Amino acid sequence: MSKQLQSDFEKLVKTSKFSNEEIQFKKNFLNNFIEKGFPNRKQEDWKFLDISQIIKKSISDLSFFNDYSQSNKIDPSIFINDLEHNKIVFINGRIEKIDFNFEDQNKIEIIDETKKDISFDYENSLIDLNSAFTDKVFKILIKKNYSLKKPLIIYHSINDEIKSTNINLRLDFELGENSCLKLIDYFSNNTAKNFINIFYNFNLEKDSILKNYKIDKFINNNLKYSFNNIEQDNNSVSETFILSAGSDYFKNEINCNLNGEYSSAFINGIFSLKENQQHEIRTTINHLVENTKSYQLIKSVLGKNTKSAYQGRIFVNSKAQKTDGYQLSKAILLDETSEFNAKPELEIYADDVKCSHGSASGSLDENSIFYLMSRGLNYQQSKELLINGFLMDVVEKITDVEIKNLITNIIGLKQ
Amino acid sequence: MDTREKDIEKLKDYKYGFTTDIENIKAPKGLNEDVIKFISNIKKEPQWMLDFRLKAYERLKLLKEPNWQKPKYPKINYQDLYYYSAPKSMKDKPKSLDELDPKLLETYKKLGIPLQEQARLNGIAVDAVFDSVSVATTFKGELTKHGIIFCSMSEAIQKHPDLVKKYLGTVIPVTDHFFATLNSAVFTDGSFVYIPEGVKCPMELSTYFRINASETGQFERTLIIADKGSYVSYLEGCTAPMRDENQLHAANVELIALDDAEIKYSTVQNWYPGDENGKGGIYNFVTKRGLCKGKNSKISWTQVETGSAITWKYPSCILKGDNSIGEFYSIAITNNHQKADTGTKMIHLGKNTKSKIISKGISAGFSDMTYRGLVDINSKARNSSNYTQCDSLLMGNKCGAHTVPYIKNKNFDSNIAHEATTSKISEEQLHYCQQRGLNPEEAVGLIVNGFCKEVLQQLPMEFAVEAQKLVGISLEGSVG
Repeated sequence: MSKQLQSDFEKLVKTSKFSNEEIQFKKNFLNNFIEKGFPNRKQEDWKFLDISQIIKKSISDLSFFNDYSQSNKIDPSIFINDLEHNKIVFINGRIEKIDFNFEDQNKIEIIDETKKDISFDYENSLIDLNSAFTDKVFKILIKKNYSLKKPLIIYHSINDEIKSTNINLRLDFELGENSCLKLIDYFSNNTAKNFINIFYNFNLEKDSILKNYKIDKFINNNLKYSFNNIEQDNNSVSETFILSAGSDYFKNEINCNLNGEYSSAFINGIFSLKENQQHEIRTTINHLVENTKSYQLIKSVLGKNTKSAYQGRIFVNSKAQKTDGYQLSKAILLDETSEFNAKPELEIYADDVKCSHGSASGSLDENSIFYLMSRGLNYQQSKELLINGFLMDVVEKITDVEIKNLITNIIGLKQ
Repeated sequence: MDTREKDIEKLKDYKYGFTTDIENIKAPKGLNEDVIKFISNIKKEPQWMLDFRLKAYERLKLLKEPNWQKPKYPKINYQDLYYYSAPKSMKDKPKSLDELDPKLLETYKKLGIPLQEQARLNGIAVDAVFDSVSVATTFKGELTKHGIIFCSMSEAIQKHPDLVKKYLGTVIPVTDHFFATLNSAVFTDGSFVYIPEGVKCPMELSTYFRINASETGQFERTLIIADKGSYVSYLEGCTAPMRDENQLHAANVELIALDDAEIKYSTVQNWYPGDENGKGGIYNFVTKRGLCKGKNSKISWTQVETGSAITWKYPSCILKGDNSIGEFYSIAITNNHQKADTGTKMIHLGKNTKSKIISKGISAGFSDMTYRGLVDINSKARNSSNYTQCDSLLMGNKCGAHTVPYIKNKNFDSNIAHEATTSKISEEQLHYCQQRGLNPEEAVGLIVNGFCKEVLQQLPMEFAVEAQKLVGISLEGSVG
């Protein structure tokens, strides 16, 4: 693999306009990745689903080079019509369109850079891979006191022109004081076997609000990894919703640092898996100062030959008194071959805290099915109704009504 | 200082921190084949036993010490330890208690374990292990009447080789992890229990472990076999003298329950925890594993962990037989600079298997406490269920409490429920108790005992009282 990496990297350098300094900068990440390789099950964070094995099994011709000098045609059929929104369109990992037509252009600033440091310590080699092969990194700055009028939808799309089997992309967001951003990641149903590696960096200043919804609904053969790093200042709020249903493999990782007092983080997730899918959510919430709050709710519905994993970690620093942390993960296993893994972890160094977690997994309750059937539904309908109610619980947590309706429709739940 | 304070002061000190001056026979320092042969030879072991040890030693050479645990410790130099230490007078084993070295008897008296049968009122059969060898087993006659074998491991190897050969290493194989394999290579003594078919053991069986000599590791091995339809309740207690250096205790305990049998294993672990600055103390790296081999069998672990500088153990149940039950009740208390990483593993293999985990952790001072547990329901374990509850109590903001459960459900008609909370003693509770005339220390004691009650209830009567006292003593001075 290392030869392939080297040669693909050289191709990238040739087709881009990177300066020497930038090339050297990227090369360091490349060397890190060559040294570490893909993460495997020997690493605690990758214990349940071993990505190096999964990639080996599903992608035989792994290659990394994407030609960012060529633009791609945008297929407008991928766009969502029922909701007015701003757009960022990624095709084959290249930004083709940034459109903030609904907003005051003076309040949003877009900067692109090639040399972007990683501001935190990490062991994850996928961040190295990402930093080595990304194109320009766009940073989107929302200025003080500005709330976006419409949500921003980021379309992740791949067309037939793609040459490699790996896509790396990165976006940075900076939310100024008292600003608000609603962000939807929308994955289209491209079925090619690609490994997509997404890295977002969020910096939330005082009183700002971030709402991020990740929608992976349509069945596709992609393998996806998404990493969100969120830094939060005083009184800021982050809300993340993950619908993990479409890809063959999808791991969502969220690292959230509550650096400011009264900041809070909410993470809600749904796994709705059908045949042979393997999905994972891993969260780390670091409560670093007093009076911070986090809440996590993850629900899984698992079909034939599927596997879901939830690793949630709440860390409470010794300074972080009055922390309120909560995690709940529930799973319904529908088939003999489905598997649910959880590792809800608490690491606590302060005494005046309220932290708890719960996890439950099992089959659908036969008594409830009996109840519904005695009222005239057939077995299939009863089952669907129960699952509907089970998942609706998570969707109800979405604080934006418009987006809640959109997501309810996309999943096909009844209210 | 008034008398009450003095009493507290007295209690605070580790009561079992004395040493006994007894001449010891030691194996040469270090770990090599010769030492293993020396141990085997001095115990007059048959060839198969020596082969077992050597096989483990070969394997050990390939293994690395694990390091994923939360409490880190300075590297142990395994060549700088004595692997065998026995009181000299034990060389020719005494035939009866009258021949025992009076100093040894004195030691056990200080520990509160009178070995003379006539001195015993509460009718618990005791096997006492001093450093590396078992010194005495009481109540033999009574037990033999029922066909129960309760003796030291060395004796069992000599007298009941068939049973030992058949079961030793079947639950913890020689190829297990580093410390278990180390134990298989150099274990010195321990207890052996065999309960024949249909027998309900008429009394509690008990072992008392004591590390006396310095620079020794204690590697005991316990094997309990409950044959079809039998029942046994087994208690284990441990103490060690106060020393500045850290001492290693790496025991292996294997339990095997056949059809319809039940084993109840209780531990009150009070090894020397080190002084208040975290100097010295025992490293308690123990492997305990039970196998519910037969149908309808049950294994229940109860532990009260108050001692040791570092406790690192996971008493586990492998639920192989259909309808078998595994239980784990634990109280772990850490104070000063103690560290604990403890919990359990419940591995469900058979149909309709059930397990229950109740874990209570209390950390105070500068200590660190981790609950780490695995619940694994295999795809063949239809209709199984698990319930886990782990609660942690923190006292002060210099200590830590962590919960790391691993939950694996591979079976669609099995249920797993897990709950965990972490909190401190609420001001309201304290206020309420103090309003009714209790001082703060007493109030905390009362609340903590209430917190631990679910687990303390599981202990046999005599132990429960001791454990309750121990809980109070361990937390002395951590309030305020």
